[in-house]
Amino acid sequence: MNINLTHLQQLEAESIHIMREVVAEFANPVMLYSIGKDSAVMLHLARKAFYPAPPPFPLLHVDTTWKFREMITFRDRMAAECGLDLIVHVNVEGVNQGISPFTHGSALYTDIMKTEGLKQALDKYKFDAAFGGARRDEEKSRAKERIFSFRDANHRWDPKSQRPELWNLYNTRIKPGESIRVFPLSNWTELDVWQYIHLENIPIVPLYYAAVRPVVERDGMLIMVDDDRLVLKPGEQVQYKSVRFRTLGCYPLTAAVESTADTLPRIIQEMLLTRTSERQGRLIDHDQAGSMEKKKQEGYF
Amino acid sequence: MSHQSDLIEKDILAYLKSQEEKSLLRFITCGSVDDGKSTLIGRLLWDSKMIFEDQLAALESDSKKVGTQGGAIDYALLLDGLQAEREQGITIDVAYRFFSTDRRKFIVADTPGHEQYTRNMVTGASTAQVAVILVDARKGLLTQTRRHSYLVSLVGIRHVVLAINKMDLVGYDAERFDTILRDYQQFAAPLGFASITAIPISALNGDNIIDASNNTPWYQGSTLMNYLETVQVEDDARNLPFRMPVQWVNRPHLDFRGFCGTIAAGTIRPGDELQVASSGRTSRVARIVTMNGDLQEAVAGQAVTLTLADEIDISRGDVLAPTDAPPRLSRHPEAHLVWMHDEALQPGKVYLVKTATSVTSGRVTRVQFAVDVNTLEQKQAPTLGLNEIGVVRLELDRPVAFDPYRQNRETGSFIIIDRFTNATVAAGMVIAVAPLESPEAELTELGAALPEAGGLLPRRFILSESSISGTGMGVADLTGERGAIEFEVSESFLDYLGKGNRVLFRLRDVGQLEPVARMAYEHHLNFEFGRDQDRVNVILYLDRQGSLAGNPELHGGGL
Repeated sequence: MNINLTHLQQLEAESIHIMREVVAEFANPVMLYSIGKDSAVMLHLARKAFYPAPPPFPLLHVDTTWKFREMITFRDRMAAECGLDLIVHVNVEGVNQGISPFTHGSALYTDIMKTEGLKQALDKYKFDAAFGGARRDEEKSRAKERIFSFRDANHRWDPKSQRPELWNLYNTRIKPGESIRVFPLSNWTELDVWQYIHLENIPIVPLYYAAVRPVVERDGMLIMVDDDRLVLKPGEQVQYKSVRFRTLGCYPLTAAVESTADTLPRIIQEMLLTRTSERQGRLIDHDQAGSMEKKKQEGYF
Repeated sequence: MSHQSDLIEKDILAYLKSQEEKSLLRFITCGSVDDGKSTLIGRLLWDSKMIFEDQLAALESDSKKVGTQGGAIDYALLLDGLQAEREQGITIDVAYRFFSTDRRKFIVADTPGHEQYTRNMVTGASTAQVAVILVDARKGLLTQTRRHSYLVSLVGIRHVVLAINKMDLVGYDAERFDTILRDYQQFAAPLGFASITAIPISALNGDNIIDASNNTPWYQGSTLMNYLETVQVEDDARNLPFRMPVQWVNRPHLDFRGFCGTIAAGTIRPGDELQVASSGRTSRVARIVTMNGDLQEAVAGQAVTLTLADEIDISRGDVLAPTDAPPRLSRHPEAHLVWMHDEALQPGKVYLVKTATSVTSGRVTRVQFAVDVNTLEQKQAPTLGLNEIGVVRLELDRPVAFDPYRQNRETGSFIIIDRFTNATVAAGMVIAVAPLESPEAELTELGAALPEAGGLLPRRFILSESSISGTGMGVADLTGERGAIEFEVSESFLDYLGKGNRVLFRLRDVGQLEPVARMAYEHHLNFEFGRDQDRVNVILYLDRQGSLAGNPELHGGGL
């Protein structure tokens, strides 16, 4: 008998191993749920890891209040279907200060609503381990980050003093106040994620599929008009185009691509034939070289 | 073109189907600072179309700003992840890179070639199946080449590619290539690689990376990509005895108790008999549970949930194994240690030792010797400093199930963690230990204390846990003893039996039974014996209930 494990089976097993290790070793883990396709895969793997029990940790969504409305609907539905507690945290101070991606720029906005919001939530609930869906192929600084990535009491990442990570033996030891960010999808690529969604029939937010949606063209990017907080600048007008999203975040910071790919195979086909990487659609990375590394040192996921 | 663009365009469903059978290969690249390692990986990513247009634009602008290729594309910049490193012009840590072709997905561990970074290389190699060792054709084998090869073999990689790079700078000289390969084969012979494949390349120009180069008509072998796509990494793990370290016990309700873990070796089917390594308790597999339905078989590498036919006590850290081939349970493993921290090893200090799912306190009792990674010579050393490698003896607070690392990377490896700083300070690999570990050595020591009386005194065997290091069933072979024998029993030996372990004594004749029986009598131990042709086999154990259950292993030639 010779069953050869495929690459997806091997990746799946590795992710499940990582999740079980966290549940066995930490007192109070949480899963960061960003509602995107990577989160969808991560949640699916968690269900597999602990089946027939539900995953023994809550989902945490740091809501910037600028997410696509369809994402919020999908989030609530998935949490209910999986029988998981969903914690939604909003940086209220940021909201009170009127922080908006339109008026404060993407860098400050991301720092306050995402990074600060995340740190607030982790402190408030005293989570000692937090799963994130980041992959090493996404960005250069992620390529060097450990699967179990240590954070000090201020949530800071120090790329120069990472713990060596050997075999599948993960050092989970921390002192009070410190925490570990855990990336079970570290070794998956964008293509792996899509193939796995296809193979396992995993539900994803409909925004990934092409449909006619209202968009404006701004700085060479197509921004979807998801609510009336998007104020048109002079010369801009709302157009209806068949678009979809390769990555999902805050609607003012997430560019749509023109597409007619309305099924999973067609999405994968389009992805394989296009030559633009997915973070291109995120404004955050363009600010400066090494910007992701800086953000990660400050506590961003 | 590495992905079949035609099929993707014409029939995406057929393409997706074809991708479902793709395998995964993890490899490591090793080279010295200027061997062109980053350039090589950048080239592999580039040629397998894994670089996107926006990354290309960034690469072009970076190449002009900080590149080392006079403004031309500097592939190395694709890999230098951290800003600080980019400014220094070197990579300083382990980075993982991904690319895929239609046949395989690849995970590349990219590690630096600096002298002080043994730590990173061992880390990267720990999960790799193949090593690509770069050599500069102009320079030939360097100290670093030897060091990298030793580390690669230490960490258990069995397939090596000798990528002889910068062939363009030696005029694609076949003789130069042959000389380097011959030197390497000679040097690497004692390292025991299963295969060494030398390929003449130029990472910069792309010679023999994807396509066979016109510049090396004398070379008939595989290109690097072709090798990586087709190398058979024989899955030894599957043919080994079953091992599953229990990672987590799943108890959603009273009627379900599942033991979760990743299968470290072998295969398992419902009905198979299993034993808990620490307690010796046995049961049968009832179900292999997954969310996609129960499995009829599971193999090494799969993360599964097993339910058993009987309710026996099993918790995280236990290892499930077949009754006839359990792992060794030992408090005193001997191991290779790679020290990874600035603060040197302190023999005697208590550290945490983390193995597959179990964490126990322990100390290094002795550094047997350190290995000079450049010359492979053994030298006496009181301790191990950063990036030093040695063979040590550990003492753990409780027995832990181990296999020799050479047999099983999963159940033969461990990390050492500092209890106060929580830093990972060392990586360890358990060395094979003989079942009855050097009774002669123990006797030699004892012999000095005892007056020699012309061989008339009984030969005295000291029984301690470290001398019987088999797990579940240790073996003491006395068939070679012709004279009288006697035993000295240590506390650790009794502890060992108290944990459910048994020791098989192979006796030369029935006359040797008397000292074994006397020992059992004196220490309230139980034994059973069976005849095996002219010889006698005795199983010594401790049965707290005092019942003498029949032991089928005593009969016939199974012993």
